[in-house]
Amino acid sequence: MSKKNYKLEAKDLNAYYGSFHALKNINIAMEEKAVTAFIGPSGCGKSTFLRTLNRMNDYIEGFRVEGDILLDGRDIYAKDVRVDELRKEVGMVFQKPNPFPKTIFENVVYGLKIQGLKDKRVLAETAEKSLRQTALWDEVKDKLDKSALALSGGQQQRLCIARALAISPSVILMDEPTSALDPISTAKIEELIFKLKNDYTIVIVTHNMQQAGRVSDYTAFFYMGELVEFAKTRTMFTSPKHERTQNYITGRFG
Amino acid sequence: MNHIDVELSNLKVKLMEMWDLVEYQLQSGRDAMLNADQELARKVVKLGKKVNNFDVKIDRMCENLLALYTPVAVDLRLVLATLKINANLERIGDTAEGISMFVQKREVPFNPEMLEITRAVAMFDEALAMFHDCRIAYKANNTDQARALLRRDKMLNKIYRKSDRIIAQYLRANPDSIEEGLILLSIIKKLERVGDQVTNIAEEIIFYQDAKVVKHKSKKKDKENGKENGNGNGNGNNNGNAIS
Repeated sequence: MSKKNYKLEAKDLNAYYGSFHALKNINIAMEEKAVTAFIGPSGCGKSTFLRTLNRMNDYIEGFRVEGDILLDGRDIYAKDVRVDELRKEVGMVFQKPNPFPKTIFENVVYGLKIQGLKDKRVLAETAEKSLRQTALWDEVKDKLDKSALALSGGQQQRLCIARALAISPSVILMDEPTSALDPISTAKIEELIFKLKNDYTIVIVTHNMQQAGRVSDYTAFFYMGELVEFAKTRTMFTSPKHERTQNYITGRFG
Repeated sequence: MNHIDVELSNLKVKLMEMWDLVEYQLQSGRDAMLNADQELARKVVKLGKKVNNFDVKIDRMCENLLALYTPVAVDLRLVLATLKINANLERIGDTAEGISMFVQKREVPFNPEMLEITRAVAMFDEALAMFHDCRIAYKANNTDQARALLRRDKMLNKIYRKSDRIIAQYLRANPDSIEEGLILLSIIKKLERVGDQVTNIAEEIIFYQDAKVVKHKSKKKDKENGKENGNGNGNGNNNGNAIS
């Protein structure tokens, strides 16, 4: 391959829901410790693609994948890959904050406990570190034993990111992580994404064009299951190559 | 049409109105100069206020567009280009005013011999023609026409470069005409600037349409660009790692 470090690659990837061809021959290589944004109209396949990156679609009936998805050069759909191991590497944050109905502390260390970690000091340290990383520590340090559901939506989403970080993944997938948040919480998440890319590879699906422009290094435009254009974000938003991309980002679709 | 299309179209209309006005100013400046027409010269100067109003209005429209519609890609380039074209139009209007102010100081037309040897009228006509063609290129989104203008500016530069020597020579023989000669030299210098400003506008048309930056290119590069003209894609270094 080229000199660049690609964390995630899709090669000739096709995905189907039964007879519906949801992703058509996707080829893309995502750079390590960079933010890649997926944009495109609803139903274009961007979320399907995001979810194939940590095999979230495995249990959907009739879903199947052809082609390769490589994480650090290794095919994540290979037979010997354990999905739970894969998800330690590839964390995910969803559109709606989904904290567990537990305390703030229990939420953050949930993944570690599932993995069998019991050392209270390590758990406490990891919780603090993850909450600091998401700039939540100062806001919650005095109520770690309170229910996570009492937090605001923006705080809940940052908690979910902290929960994802606690198991030290190298990739974080975000599916419209701010679409349910107010502008201030959105700004905090965006700031966080900017900070996190020093240590993580981030892939984000967003319907907010300006958000893609603000937070991402690369942007991929999907349309009807195809990857129409993939380029540096600043190129995509100043001089896109394809007319369909231009029509979409300038709001002249259809 | 969606909202931004309406706004962009209003912006273009406003810019064309300003363009018409400035073209009228420049044309009238020429006529006033050749005929020592004081009345017309006064009119040109008076129109400057109207041009300034356009200038402010167009800047404000661009500001609103950026703030409210966050344009991207071709839309963003249109707004950026309009801001610069607006500034250049305003300067060309100023030039027409400046020339008209000189005319107001004079009671008789310029000495035909001096006009002839400096080629000042030919220069004025070419500046006007370039300005007119630039307007057509803008309206028709024709970047070939815009590129042609970049080359035409050379003629104005040539006349300008020779003018001081020619006028100095003439004045040595006709010391009575010193004032007239200095005024003509100033006008020639202003016309040379008009050529530059039309060139700037042409460059903005190319930026808007082709996403290519052609300003500040060396002559050699100009030629290269001329050759590869037509495969109008991006601005050169957009090799992300697009594999699609």
